[in-house]
Amino acid sequence: MSVSTTSRVVVTFPDRTRARTQRDRAARVSMALAFVVAVIPLAWILVTVTTQGAQLLFSSTWWVNSQRGINSTMVGGGARHAINGTLIQAGVTALIAVPIGVLTAVYLVEFGRGRLARAVSFMVDILTGVPSIVAALFVYAVWVGTFGFQRVGFAVCLALVLLMIPVVVRTTEEMLKLVPNELREASLALGVPRWTTIVRVVLPTALSGIVTGVLLGLARVMGETAPLLILGPYTKNLATDLFSGLMPTLPTMINQDRSELGQAAAVERMWATALTLIVLVLVLNLAGRLVARLGSVSR
Amino acid sequence: MKRTTVQAALVPACLVLAASLTACGSDANSPASSGAKATGSTTTNGSSTDCPTGTINGEGSSAQKNAIELAITAYQDTCSGATVNYNPTGSGAGIKQFIAKQVDFAGSDSALKTVAVDGVVEADAAAKSCGSPAWDIPMVAGPIAIAYNLPGVTTLTLNAEVAAKIFNGTITTWNDPAIAALNAGASLPATAIKVFFRSDESGTTENFTKYLHAAAPAVWTADPSKKWTGKGEGKEKSAGVASAAAATPGGVTYAEWSYATQNKLGVAQIDSGAGAVALTGESAGKAVAAASQKGQGNDLALSLKYDTKEAGVYPIILVTYEIVCSRYADKAKANGVKSFLKFFASPEVQSKLESAGYAPLPAAVQAKVAAAIAAIS
Amino acid sequence: MTTSTPSMAARSAAAPAPAPPRTEQRSTGRLGDLIFAGAARGSGVLVIALVTLIGVFLVAQAIPALLKDQASFLTSREWTVAGDAPRFGIAELAWTTVSASIIAMAIAVPVGVAVALFITTYAPTWLRGPAATMIDMLAAVPSIVYGLWAVLSFRSVVRPVEDLIQQRLGGIPLFAPTGVSGGTIFFIGVVLSIMVLPIVTALSREVFAQTPTSHREAALALGATTWEMVRTAVLPFGRPGVISAAMLALGRALGETIAVTFIVSSLAPGTPWSWSLFNGGETFASRIANNAGEFDSAQKTGAFIAAGLVLFVLTFLVNAVARIVIQRRAAFSE
Repeated sequence: MSVSTTSRVVVTFPDRTRARTQRDRAARVSMALAFVVAVIPLAWILVTVTTQGAQLLFSSTWWVNSQRGINSTMVGGGARHAINGTLIQAGVTALIAVPIGVLTAVYLVEFGRGRLARAVSFMVDILTGVPSIVAALFVYAVWVGTFGFQRVGFAVCLALVLLMIPVVVRTTEEMLKLVPNELREASLALGVPRWTTIVRVVLPTALSGIVTGVLLGLARVMGETAPLLILGPYTKNLATDLFSGLMPTLPTMINQDRSELGQAAAVERMWATALTLIVLVLVLNLAGRLVARLGSVSR
Repeated sequence: MKRTTVQAALVPACLVLAASLTACGSDANSPASSGAKATGSTTTNGSSTDCPTGTINGEGSSAQKNAIELAITAYQDTCSGATVNYNPTGSGAGIKQFIAKQVDFAGSDSALKTVAVDGVVEADAAAKSCGSPAWDIPMVAGPIAIAYNLPGVTTLTLNAEVAAKIFNGTITTWNDPAIAALNAGASLPATAIKVFFRSDESGTTENFTKYLHAAAPAVWTADPSKKWTGKGEGKEKSAGVASAAAATPGGVTYAEWSYATQNKLGVAQIDSGAGAVALTGESAGKAVAAASQKGQGNDLALSLKYDTKEAGVYPIILVTYEIVCSRYADKAKANGVKSFLKFFASPEVQSKLESAGYAPLPAAVQAKVAAAIAAIS
Repeated sequence: MTTSTPSMAARSAAAPAPAPPRTEQRSTGRLGDLIFAGAARGSGVLVIALVTLIGVFLVAQAIPALLKDQASFLTSREWTVAGDAPRFGIAELAWTTVSASIIAMAIAVPVGVAVALFITTYAPTWLRGPAATMIDMLAAVPSIVYGLWAVLSFRSVVRPVEDLIQQRLGGIPLFAPTGVSGGTIFFIGVVLSIMVLPIVTALSREVFAQTPTSHREAALALGATTWEMVRTAVLPFGRPGVISAAMLALGRALGETIAVTFIVSSLAPGTPWSWSLFNGGETFASRIANNAGEFDSAQKTGAFIAAGLVLFVLTFLVNAVARIVIQRRAAFSE
């Protein structure tokens, strides 16, 4: 800490007065209050979704069957097809986006200087601002417009990759910056090559933060609906092929049932699908956290 | 019961293997009536349906969503090897995807346009994409309801002029003398009228404004278009306007019949000069029967008479066309489309549509449709 | 290792352009290094290429439509994109998008930072883990679910609040009563604030947690109350992180699509202009999404893409400003 800061600190802390204690107490209370306020919507959403949709999740067919042959007015069937689609697409998206995102962040923090690094950083900023719908239009123009391919699951993945990269880069970058330089210096001084230093020392140190970033990104892309409306039409049938045919997903399934708000069966299915999506994201989240805890260097 | 146990046991296994697992899921939702139909080419109603296997995809109008969903379910019950997907994204999207060869047929609330719009002639572009002329085949007639939310008012009669004044903001309260004059004896509240319109471009808006423009030209001066030109508050899609109207006392909107009934909204009767006509499958069907064909040969594009004054006719309807290639490059697709549309157009299926909020095609139109479908190759 | 040295390094490393020692770079020029550096640089270049492609595509699609536009693109409120004489402008879209996002940030940043402080500093130790998890769960709720919840449940609670404000403060143009019953700008802002809160909190929390213990302890040792410690040690240390978290959140708020599309009440053409936050109106993203089904001609698509382009530029400007702010502070504190 610099000298000037220290002197400022001395000036700021006179003897404890009542006013100061009260201010401290006020701050303490408002922080706790803020937390409570932040948790209310969460509780409310979870209660709404659970009370309206949980029952279907325990039906014998929900996790196994598709919606083939089930009209919006009918009950029955399952969300298997949509679960498959969402997991497959999210997995492939992460497989593409995480390496690119992490490497870009590594480049920015560990290697990047000069104009190229500034340009990359600038471009990541721009990518952050690309609305999901625009990313989807772009992929549509390339995939269908230019190459003349069919709309398939993989096209959705490409759009989602565009949305996920900036989240991964940003959070990874932020975490890598917080890795103390001493760690790098110590490793390099021992004659460890730079890339090994990064892979063995820097990245593991920042791992929990990086995982948080990846999970935030994944949570975002799994619930992302707009690109799916353009690139991933819904189907009620099982589909596992990313490269041919339509692939159903949970958000498009929600969207399908949402158009029938007057139908009890469709509404219940809609909430159940929403709950399924939340559960999936949460399970992924917890799994990721566990991995991060096991994999990170002890603190 | 045994099956249920097995499936329940599969649940954890499926979860564990989630991403990679493909064999675990099942498309087999046995039909409600019996499992016997699943074997193939025989149907209960006796008419023979050839059952090709494979998948055909359609996209377009959301107005026919419930009708085509019903048809697809019944068709897949009959032909277990066939899969039909229909994605209700909107008429414009359907035509666009059809031209881009993304789907095998399109559903549209208006026939392919033969004049250039923004530099594109839809009919020509579709023909170019098909390599053969594209046909408009009318399949579903859907009445558009003027749906209102007025607790205590069970019947409400409007005519074109008053409806136009409500939707362009000239009439602002429900007890306006103009409305009262058409509803002698009804006690109308002084509630303010809240108009909800479709904020997305839609065929429903286009057909509704076509009606207002044709039947009340002096009041509704704006040209019909997919984009709303009146007043009010915009909501997304039919589900949006219908649920917004349902949540707002005094609310009124225009939507496909089924949305009005699902959301428990009142449906206005229309008085075209020969007495109030309630919206029924029959009264709307008469409007379809009165339409004339404007397409050539097997292109069955219809011209609707919105300004009809005939008694017993509910004039606000839209007709959804299935747009197909007259000749498909892929024979399997041709067979799939033919087989499905033939099934869809059959009297058995058409007669079930009224329960879903549609009007069946009149017999004369049905015969032409069947001939056109048979000519697809 | 002393406690003060790593904290200093961490602090300087928190600046956007840290300077790890580079003198050895040449001497460790082994094959692995070359490949790794190449892969990292390649990823960076790929990102540049992607954004450039998107930009080129957007501009190429937007320009023909913009050239045909008969109205002023930046100031017109009309939106007629079909036909031979299209008239469209973004004034209304920009107003709704920006004002809703400002409301969202005005709520989400203070609350989000407070929650992060609560989790890192104030909460009893046993509560910290679960509290953090709960906020992260908020981020796990997909935006389509927020949309459903907002329209079907949350709306009924915000409505009376809106009515109250309109009654009490209706004289102020910003709060003037309107007839809009559904998705007001205010409501969109509130929903967006809930959606972006976990982003602000998660990142702020990570940064606050990295505040060197020596800073905290030094402040406390000098007689500071907890709040003063937070103000003098934690907040200054975390500020760049908070700003960057806020920017990420703002980017999401500006571009949030599906939830907003469910909520918005669009205005009929020719509705008189109002500054009221209780008016309806569409955001850039919701208008594009709402009409994506009808992009059937290049001209129409181009008009919507042009709107997307403005959103793009808007977000970029926000980010650029944030970057400058962060850099200033970094330069000042070192």
